[in-house]
Amino acid sequence: MKFAYFPGCSLHSTAKEYDASTKFVCGRLGIELVEIPNWVCCGATPIHRTNALASIALPAKNLLWAQTENLPVAAPCSECFSRLKLANLEVAENEELKKNVSEVLGETYEGNVDIYHLPQVIIEKIGLKEIEKKVAKKLSGLKIASYYGCLLTRPPKVATFDRIEDPQFLDNLVLSLGAESVNWAYKTECCGATFSLSKKELVLKLTNDILQNAYDEKADCIMVACPLCHSNLDLRQKEVEKKYKVKYNLPVFYFTQLIGLSMGADIRGLGLKRHMVSAEKLLSSKGLI
Amino acid sequence: MARVGVFICDCGVNIASTVDVPKVVEYAMTLQKVAIAKEYKYMCSDPGQNLILDTIKEYKLDRIVVSSCSPRMHELTFRICVNKGKINPYYFEMANIREQCSWVHQKDKEAATKKAMKLTEIAVAKVLRNEPLFPLYSPVIKRALVIGGGIAGIQASLDLGDAGHETVIVERESSIGGRMSQLDKTFPTLDCSQCILSPKMVAVAQNKNIKIYTYAEVEEVQGYVGNFTVKIRKKARYVDMVKCTGCGVCTQKCPAKTSSEFNEKTGDRKAIYTPFPQAVPNVPVIDKNNCIYFLKGKCKVCEKFCPSNAIIYNQEDEVVEEKFGAIVVATGIDIYDHSNYGEYGYGKYKNVLSGLQFERMVSSSGPTDGHILRPSDQEEPKDVVFIQCVGARDPSKGQDYCARVCCMWTAKQAILLKEHLPNSRAYIFYIDIRAFGKGYEEFVRRAQVDYQVTYLRGRVSRIYEKGKKLRVLGTDTLAGGQVEIDADMVILADAMVPKYDSVKVAQTLGIPYDTYRFFTELHPKLAPVETVTSGIFLAGACSGPKDIPDTVAQAGAAAAKVCALFSKDNIEIEPTIAQVNFSLCSGCETCKLVCPFNAIEMREREIRRGVKRSIANVIESVCRGCGTCVGSCYCKAIDLRGFRDKQIMAELEAVCIE
Repeated sequence: MKFAYFPGCSLHSTAKEYDASTKFVCGRLGIELVEIPNWVCCGATPIHRTNALASIALPAKNLLWAQTENLPVAAPCSECFSRLKLANLEVAENEELKKNVSEVLGETYEGNVDIYHLPQVIIEKIGLKEIEKKVAKKLSGLKIASYYGCLLTRPPKVATFDRIEDPQFLDNLVLSLGAESVNWAYKTECCGATFSLSKKELVLKLTNDILQNAYDEKADCIMVACPLCHSNLDLRQKEVEKKYKVKYNLPVFYFTQLIGLSMGADIRGLGLKRHMVSAEKLLSSKGLI
Repeated sequence: MARVGVFICDCGVNIASTVDVPKVVEYAMTLQKVAIAKEYKYMCSDPGQNLILDTIKEYKLDRIVVSSCSPRMHELTFRICVNKGKINPYYFEMANIREQCSWVHQKDKEAATKKAMKLTEIAVAKVLRNEPLFPLYSPVIKRALVIGGGIAGIQASLDLGDAGHETVIVERESSIGGRMSQLDKTFPTLDCSQCILSPKMVAVAQNKNIKIYTYAEVEEVQGYVGNFTVKIRKKARYVDMVKCTGCGVCTQKCPAKTSSEFNEKTGDRKAIYTPFPQAVPNVPVIDKNNCIYFLKGKCKVCEKFCPSNAIIYNQEDEVVEEKFGAIVVATGIDIYDHSNYGEYGYGKYKNVLSGLQFERMVSSSGPTDGHILRPSDQEEPKDVVFIQCVGARDPSKGQDYCARVCCMWTAKQAILLKEHLPNSRAYIFYIDIRAFGKGYEEFVRRAQVDYQVTYLRGRVSRIYEKGKKLRVLGTDTLAGGQVEIDADMVILADAMVPKYDSVKVAQTLGIPYDTYRFFTELHPKLAPVETVTSGIFLAGACSGPKDIPDTVAQAGAAAAKVCALFSKDNIEIEPTIAQVNFSLCSGCETCKLVCPFNAIEMREREIRRGVKRSIANVIESVCRGCGTCVGSCYCKAIDLRGFRDKQIMAELEAVCIE
């Protein structure tokens, strides 16, 4: 199974471990990822808040190559996924926009590329049964709160998953890996996303709500599928604890890291040492490393 | 020598602003056998019709074409007009140059004008090959069937019975009463639902003209207006309706318990039961799936204790066939299953109730004897959150429509809460308040002012359990902020949705339904209780959410329509039906096989002197003129009057020849 891979800015910088673990897991599952050559920004918040045409033209620029190569696209970041798929939909539905975008790009973009979020590629295209077969070490005893954030299941027009407000697919993955899935209320609440840079206080409040609920529901750790979610929950956790005078110490994993771990990958290779909240104590207490 | 008159309507600006009508008139004048063509602003108006009548006289016309709107609008108008001018109404054709031309081609006037000319030409070609037809008459059976014994069915039956018409109610449950019997109080007057319903239930039972089949379902409907043949399955209730005195000893003694549907699964009932104390008829049924005798072959406690020997374990379903002249469909609604709202945690949280569950809780005949208690620990709740529009006005759940009653329903429930527990706090999350009925706005105002119910304009995004409480996260869009409430109970105003098997019912009856599966009226404004199938009428919420006043009004309207139908001894049937050419029919029976109305029978006929053969014969009163047999006939032996092959071919020629 071959995909055009769109890592986006985070996976080449703050979320290198997501990139590394993605490549490891996809390699094991027989998914070939070909990185889109000369990819550019996906058109994320700073752009779609300021320039409507550029916010469609930028993702379309990235999709042109996939269109030529006739490949489906896999995007590991929720924001990238949302922008790419939205651009695709809008261009397909709006002839005038298609004309304008094509004029900007100097090439006609048709809006007919298949775009998948990475969990979709792994859970839907490969299937949980295949993943279970590859599990070498069950993550027994680990209580995982699956965090979907905002853009993984929304807006429904773009994401087209069932159960928008109470998604289950990451929870099902958790069970396949032999871990326990935590039933909690904040799985689709907003983490504050890019406000992390412009309005940090807001992010600290939202992140605290999420961490608090996971903690109350007795989660050992949180699993995410988006680099922005990760940076807010992991990078800001110490600050949250300080501000709200609480102690959570909840490691935050990418779902690919946990799949990798269950497949027996080395924790250094999965980039587990790059996290701010150390996972080693938890993992060794459960006998997983 | 045929002389055709063509009349082209402007329909104000509807046609004239797109189609160049004078050009069409000019073109019509050039057509073969057209003696005169005229334009008028509103052909359907009295002056328009008079113009047609005068022109008929002046030009000695014998065939008429009107190019105007859809035949569904005014075919009958013009047929009557033409008949007044002493021309057979079937020497008339209508060209639809509005719905199928001017309205859809507004951007291309030239093409629209050309199309209007062509459509007129086609109608002229056909009218030249028309033949005079004369209406057929069919007797009306003056008995009405009412499907559903809720308040809609009860009201329609009472009105029909009082008018002296024999009426049969078929109700699926073991008692009539429907949804209204589940409610505690009714808005906006807060009178007890059961107290105002049960006199009507009793009146139905006492009315000599009304026969009630409870625990029965309509299985098959055949025939047509004035003459329906209906098969009704009377399910075995295992209790003798005649012998049973309704003493209730069997229910008392029955050892098998299961959750009560009437109480929306919040309480228990026995395996032999009546759904509620005021049941009509007050005869219990045995629920076979939960009866110990039916499951294990032993028990028979009810039989042992029954003082009147009314238990019949070997009773079987009985199918009866009856004839009716009209059918009133009053099958009612279900309540939206909010387990689709994962964010409201239904199924997981005991203290999140549906509106009907709350209704049963408040009712003195309900599982808690009218005490409002938190289901998880049977304590009195302090903070209760009501959420409106659950399964309504929510495109993300595929439920776009407004459920119409829950604004009032919720206000009423909040008032009931405050009446029962004056120290409690009630919060209502709403999108808009739609208090449109008489006394409704005042009622909501009372909830806000007199009962101090807190109204919060916004949706709830999440409910989760936190200790003994439910944390409710929502927005208050008026204050512009987020709201968090720690509630003891949450009541969801689940929307009215069509009955789970509404599609099957619609197919049995041959009536259409909409995208949500509600039955469709003939016209949403001008024919709200009729369906496209004449003789079948709608009452109550089966055609869309309705409150009790609207349901009762509609039931009365449906009954009045039936009375109007029953005021005639015979009804006219369109003569445009199939006709067999006996000399061509080979008797292959293909037509008989394909006819959806069973309107064809095989009959022995002498085709030449001494030669007899079995050939197809159309039963005129049953044939609906659909033309299926015409298409299927190998020998071209069947034709449809008014749509004969030569007429259709003439139309096609007019289309094809430039």
